[in-house]
Amino acid sequence: MSGIHDFTLASARDALKARKISAVELTNAHIDAIERLDGQLNSFITRTPDQARKAAKASDEALAKGEGGSLCGIPLGIKDLFCTNGVRTTAASKILGNFVPPYESTVTANLLKDGAVFLGKLNLDEFAMGSANLTSAFGPVENPWKRKDSDAKLVPGGSSGGSAAAVAAGLVLGATGTDTGGSIRQPAAFTGIAGIKPTYGRCSRFGTIAFASSLDQAGPMARNLQDCAILLESMAGFDPRDSTSVDTPVPHYEAALKRGVKGLRVGIPKEYHVEGMPAEIEALWQQGMTWLRDAGAEIVEVSLPHTKYGLPTYYIAALAEASSNLARYDGVRFGERVSAPTLDGLYEASRAAGFGDEVKRRILIGTHVLSSGYYDAYYLRAQKVRTLIQQDFLKAFENVDVLLTPTAPSSAFAQDEKPSDPVQMYLNDVFTVPASMAGVPALSVPAGLDARGVPLGLQLIGKFFDEETLIAAGHAIEQAAAFHHRPTIHAGVSA
Amino acid sequence: MSYRITGSTGEWEIVVGLEVHAQVVSEAKLFSGASAEYGGEPNTHVSLVDAGFPGMLPVLNRECVAQAVRTGLGLEAEINLFSRFDRKNYFYADLPTGYQISQFAHPIIGKGKVLVDLADGSTREIGVTRLHLEQDAGKSIHDQDPTRSFIDLNRAGVALMEIVSEPDIRSPEEAGAYLRKLRQILRYIGTCDGNMEEGSMRADVNVSVRKPGETEYRTRCEIKNVNSIRFVMMAIEVEAQRQIEVWEAGGTVDQETRLFDHVRGETRSLRSKEDAHDYRYFPDPDLLPLVIEQAWVDELKAALPELPEAKRARLEQEYGVSRYESSVLCVEQAIADFYETVARGADARLAANWMLGDFFAALNRTGRSIENSPVSAEGLRELLGLISNSTINGKIAKEVLEDMVETGDSASAIVERKGLRQVTDTGAIESAIREILAANSDKVEEYKGGKDKLFGFFVGQTMKAMKGKGNPALVNETLKKLLSE
Repeated sequence: MSGIHDFTLASARDALKARKISAVELTNAHIDAIERLDGQLNSFITRTPDQARKAAKASDEALAKGEGGSLCGIPLGIKDLFCTNGVRTTAASKILGNFVPPYESTVTANLLKDGAVFLGKLNLDEFAMGSANLTSAFGPVENPWKRKDSDAKLVPGGSSGGSAAAVAAGLVLGATGTDTGGSIRQPAAFTGIAGIKPTYGRCSRFGTIAFASSLDQAGPMARNLQDCAILLESMAGFDPRDSTSVDTPVPHYEAALKRGVKGLRVGIPKEYHVEGMPAEIEALWQQGMTWLRDAGAEIVEVSLPHTKYGLPTYYIAALAEASSNLARYDGVRFGERVSAPTLDGLYEASRAAGFGDEVKRRILIGTHVLSSGYYDAYYLRAQKVRTLIQQDFLKAFENVDVLLTPTAPSSAFAQDEKPSDPVQMYLNDVFTVPASMAGVPALSVPAGLDARGVPLGLQLIGKFFDEETLIAAGHAIEQAAAFHHRPTIHAGVSA
Repeated sequence: MSYRITGSTGEWEIVVGLEVHAQVVSEAKLFSGASAEYGGEPNTHVSLVDAGFPGMLPVLNRECVAQAVRTGLGLEAEINLFSRFDRKNYFYADLPTGYQISQFAHPIIGKGKVLVDLADGSTREIGVTRLHLEQDAGKSIHDQDPTRSFIDLNRAGVALMEIVSEPDIRSPEEAGAYLRKLRQILRYIGTCDGNMEEGSMRADVNVSVRKPGETEYRTRCEIKNVNSIRFVMMAIEVEAQRQIEVWEAGGTVDQETRLFDHVRGETRSLRSKEDAHDYRYFPDPDLLPLVIEQAWVDELKAALPELPEAKRARLEQEYGVSRYESSVLCVEQAIADFYETVARGADARLAANWMLGDFFAALNRTGRSIENSPVSAEGLRELLGLISNSTINGKIAKEVLEDMVETGDSASAIVERKGLRQVTDTGAIESAIREILAANSDKVEEYKGGKDKLFGFFVGQTMKAMKGKGNPALVNETLKKLLSE
């Protein structure tokens, strides 16, 4: 008999409905695991065990009456970028201090409405700016995976590193993430879990702390795509409080798992064969094509000619928006204030003390690219290239249903292998950024381990609002890959 | 006749453009549901969106868009079916998000015009460059505490229309006339109350000077936030004077932002071009481009009230009032409505005379506005009716109007109460005249001897004897007859 920590979100849901376990039991088991393991992983910034137990008790009462929503009694972790009513929200930054929002983000409100139990707020790169979860003001998150041959602390990826680590280690059954240029997909790949970045506009951004408004999109992270599908169905939906949210019905994503891929046309963008990519990633990609072909899909080479401009364009567009979005953190109305005799002095001192180096770097870059004299050369040109990138995808999707690529150009690296050049770090996003720029949905599924025993992911990119096809194709890979490895550090074993 | 300032080197022409910030009349703010009402305890009309809390997003208030379109229609301007909101980035304590949402590259309203009337009876057309929607900032209060400033965000996020004129204005008078006309249009359409004291209409004034005949513009200065029409006119005059002195002393005018100090009657430099903010405008990614339908614009157009110019033309045509009378009657819709109520069923010309004369005088005297006039339009119409049907004469009518203002009684009630009914009985008039002539036989002789002017004396004496109630025409006629006997 498998233990309580072997549950996936879907199987836990079924066991709860069948009253085989109670929500309180399930929640307590996860709280225990967090207490045991998270001292090392540091995936939580704020834990809310009392609130979770209360919610679990209420879930049991609802379940006993045969009531309760689709996530009734399911313990989740929330990336600390989502504002949660009455619970400190930090964006992993010092500048927000002990900010406790008097409001709930739409995404988390949707999850709560469906009965989810929140175990706490998960660590991330400060303001979601990073690819290794090394920029958090609350310390780095450790990847629960270890290389076979070393005890080095690996990074979980970023920015949703806390979400990825917590899911991989079994501290939560699922987590929310946000993805601006790969912040769900890359950490999912680094920790051997699944994650979906939905179509821009699918999930409301209301109440989610903004990094780059035209790119930010919330999505689910969980052990597998079925769990992600269940979460996404709850998180998604039109919200009149977000003008960029799209009013289109939310499908029953879980049902898409059973669709299969027979006859599906899968595009392989030739420009994604980048120089210097490890051979084992190239090999895994080939493996992915074989799996899909064997499942009945047709593999087609496509071209996304503007791919190479993706990263520089992204780092202009995203940082321009970020420099403006982060202007509100000024020490005047909320968060940390460092007093000074003048207003400018107050701004300077508060922002100098409150923001970390990477955030400051990005604000500077973003401010620069919008400055008079540089706007046309940088921001405006980036917008034009962004349109071209979007057209690349639209054109490709005239021929194919989904695109298959690696998720990241490497597996998780060690914390002390962090490149000293920040631009090198930005290269982590090379495969994930184009879909973000285009606004199309994409996901990452675990597909294998590299030679050192660390997980690798494959990315699928889909058409606007066609998350269902993505999930169907992703599930075909899941089935073929049969990825059942668990990380070195995970709940249910004596760590 | 062109306005010129004479300096030591001769005459100068002034060139002025105005940027008017007009607060939109709406229930809620431009991007939040908070009340847009003026006043209120500090920080009581503030939503989390206005305060720039993390994760808060703007949602466009469609009524504010409708108000901008209505205004654009009132300015006979191009309505842009595609427009966009941009962020104007700068740090200030009363700007919670660190940026103002405005329309930079693609305003909702394009080129339009305003016709202004000048004192010499001429009319000038002032071009409108554009109108765009933007958020107002909050208010910083610096005088409540020696070391700290306080912030009131009630106004933060309230919708403003920035209406930019072409540099078509050539005199302080034209600037004043433009502002008055613009305010009149906004009030007619109901898109801005035009109340400059409460700050719901403010102007930035761009001034430059040049020699008559020059075709290029010289460097301009912008005078920020002038809050009355009179101050705008004064500011233009003193700023133009200052610039002329700079040029004539061999210097050059620097492009800069200045403040107008109405107490000292001077403008002062606020910041130079070098210190100008780099606003780093870019399209607000939280908002979609604003796309409106022509059909909706047509709908708004069909529902517009009659605008000042059209109303004047109609009044002149329908009621035969003069150009001057129509301008006064159309200053406010309520006055024009009042006039039309009076004029329908009365002598329209007489009605115009009375409104511009004794009626407005009565309003001024009592400090009332047309909306709470002590005499109703129906009441005034009844009074004029009594003149027209010869129940009373004009002189008596003035007395009746005063009584109406005082007592609120109707004209006919006052005429009855005071026995003011005009005497049209020729017998009574004749006997009154005979008495006057008999008592003034010396003057009758002088009159007959050629001193015609004495006719007025006899009329006056007769009216006096009749307590003003004699029908003037009959008195004249009878006097002539009896004096020639």
